[in-house]
Amino acid sequence: MRSSVSVTGLVKRYDKVTAVGGLALEVFEGECFGLLGPNGAGKTTTIEIIVGLLAPTSGEVRVLGERWGENDPLLRSRIGVALQETRFADRLTVREVVTLFRSFYPKGRDPGEVILEVGLEEKAEAWTVRLSGGQRRRLALACALVGDPELLVLDEPTTGLDPQARLRMGETIRSYRDRGRTVLVSTHYMDEAQRLCDRVAVIDRGKRIAMGTPSSLIESLGGDLVVEFVLSGGEVSEEDLREVDGVRGVRRENGAFHVTAGEGHVTVPALLDRLRDRGATPGRMMIRHATLEDVYVNLTGRHLRDE
Amino acid sequence: MNRALLQLVVARVREILRQPEAVFWTFLFPVLMSVALGVAFRGERPDPASVVVVEGPGASLLEAALLPDNGVKVRRAGREAAEAGLRTGKAAILVVPGDPLTYRFDPTRPESHLARLRVDAALQRAAGRVDPVPVREEPVTEPGSRYIDFLVPGLLGMNLMGGGLWGIGWTIVEMRIRKLLKLQLATPMRRGDFLLSHALVRVLFVPLEVVPLLLLSRLLFDVRVAGSYGALALVSLLGAVSFAGLGTLIASRARSTGAISGLINLCSLPMFVLSGVFFSTSRFPEALQPWIRVLPLTALNDALRGLMVDGAVLSALGAPLLILAAWGAASFLVALRVFRWT
Repeated sequence: MRSSVSVTGLVKRYDKVTAVGGLALEVFEGECFGLLGPNGAGKTTTIEIIVGLLAPTSGEVRVLGERWGENDPLLRSRIGVALQETRFADRLTVREVVTLFRSFYPKGRDPGEVILEVGLEEKAEAWTVRLSGGQRRRLALACALVGDPELLVLDEPTTGLDPQARLRMGETIRSYRDRGRTVLVSTHYMDEAQRLCDRVAVIDRGKRIAMGTPSSLIESLGGDLVVEFVLSGGEVSEEDLREVDGVRGVRRENGAFHVTAGEGHVTVPALLDRLRDRGATPGRMMIRHATLEDVYVNLTGRHLRDE
Repeated sequence: MNRALLQLVVARVREILRQPEAVFWTFLFPVLMSVALGVAFRGERPDPASVVVVEGPGASLLEAALLPDNGVKVRRAGREAAEAGLRTGKAAILVVPGDPLTYRFDPTRPESHLARLRVDAALQRAAGRVDPVPVREEPVTEPGSRYIDFLVPGLLGMNLMGGGLWGIGWTIVEMRIRKLLKLQLATPMRRGDFLLSHALVRVLFVPLEVVPLLLLSRLLFDVRVAGSYGALALVSLLGAVSFAGLGTLIASRARSTGAISGLINLCSLPMFVLSGVFFSTSRFPEALQPWIRVLPLTALNDALRGLMVDGAVLSALGAPLLILAAWGAASFLVALRVFRWT
C-alpha cells in the first residue's frame, strides 16, 4: 500500500509548551484515517503541520510523496483542507465562496455539484453570515472538495454539529473515500472515529498512545464487552472481580465498576456468583460493547472530555 | 489576468458594494468633507481689516478720514476695550490720536501689517498728501489663480491616500484578525494574487473618488482642469496604486485594528501637513525640502496641481510620477516578503 501521509519524529514546541512531542503516523492511500484525542492533545497542530500551514520544530513530514518547501503550490493543489476555524467573508454567498475556492485550483469540480453533495443547495444564494455553525462547516467541506483533491484533510469537521448533521457529514466523507481517495480527519468523538475511520491513532498530550483499526484497538482490551454496575449493598474489591473467569480488566469510577469481558454468557453469571459470595448486591447493571472511549480510558486513566 | 486573481477581485468588489455604509464612509464621506473644506477656504475677497480708533481729541476726524476706504472697517472704542480687541485678534490695528499719531499693532500678523499700510495711506492722503505717480487698480479673479484651485488637487491627493491606506490596510488586517486568510492559504492560491487583487480593486474604485469631487468643485467653485483629462486619470490611477502598495506594506505585520489605525495615522498625518494639501510645501525650511519632495503625497499633489492648475503635459511630470511608481513598487515587493499570513 502506498503511503499518502507519513510523519516521523514530529515535534512542535512553542516557547515553553510542547504541543507535539515526537509523533509518528502513516496514512495509506485510499483509507480514512482518524486522529483521535481530547481537546489540546495536539491534533490541530499536527494537522496544520501536515497541510503546510505551520513549520515543525523538528521531524519529517511527507505528503503525497512530497516535502513542504519544494513545490508548495503544486502540492496544495492536490490537497483539500477544512480547518477548525471556518469563517468566510460575511457578505459572499455560498456559491460565490465555493467558486472563489475553485478558481485557486488548476483543475477541479463544478461548484454547484459540490454544493449539492454537501447538502447546501438551499443555501447556495445565502450570504455566509446567515449560515448556522453546521452549515458553515459543510461550506468548509465544499471548499475542500471543490479542487477534487487526492487527499482530504479535515480538522474536527463535526464539532458542534447536531447528530443528524454529523451523520450527513460522515456520509459525505465516506463516499469520498469510497472513490479511492484518502482522508485524514481529526475528532474527539470516539463513536464517530469508530464508525467512520478505517484506522485511528489515539493522541494524548502530543504523543501517539495507540494506533490501529478501531476493532483491533478494542480487542486489545482483551474483550469487546463491558459490564457496568454499581453496588446497592455490601462491598467487593477490584481484585476479587479480576479473578473471575473471563474477566479481562476491572476499573472503578465514581463508585461504578466497569468490567471488561470476552464472553458475556460465561462471565456475567460468574460475576453475579462472586458478588453473592462476597455479600454484595448489584444495583443497576448493564452490558454494552466496548468502545474506543474504553480504550482511551484504559490507556490514560482519563476520559476524553475530562479536560 | 488569471482566473484566481479575477475571482479575488470580483469577490472583493461584491463585498464592498454589499456594505452600503462602507461605500458611504470610503467614497462619499471624503468627497463631502472636501466640499466642506472647499466652502470654508473658497478664498473670496478677504474680510476688511478691523481698525479701532481710540477715543480722544480728534478721534472723530480720524474716523471720518478712514471711512471712505472700504478695505478697512473702522469703529471707535475706549482705550481699554480697544486694547482688549487687539489682544484677542478682533482688532488688526489701533489708531491712537495725538501728536505724533500712534499705530499699535502686531507686525507678525499679516492682516495687521496690511491694515497699517492702508490706514497710513488713507490718513496721509486725507491730510493732503498727493501721490506723484497716478495708478489704476485692476482686480483679477481668474479661475486657476485662487486658493480653491490650489486646494482641490490637494484634496484629491489626500483622498487617494486615505483610500489606499484605510481601504487596504484596514481590510487586510481585519481579514487577518478574523482568520479569513488561513483557509485560503491552505489552497494553491498564489499569495501575490491575493495582494494584487486589493490593489486592483482600488484602481476600480478610483473614479468614485475622483469624479464626484471634480464635478462638485466645478459646479460649486468653477474649478477647472487645465491639462488633459486622460493625463489626470492616469495620474490618479498611479497615485491609487502607489498608496495601495503603501497600505499593503503597513498592513503586512499588524495584528490588531488598534495597531493598523496607529500605523495609518503615523503615515498619513505627517503627509497631511508636509505634502502641500492645504498650503504650499515652500513654507518649510530649505533643509527639509528634499525629504518633503520624495514623499508620495507630495509627488501626487505636485503632479495633480501641475495638471489641473498649470496645464502641464505628462512628460513634464516625470519626477513626481517616477517617485509615485517607486513607492508603489517598492512597498508592494517588501510587503510580499514580510507579510504575516497566519
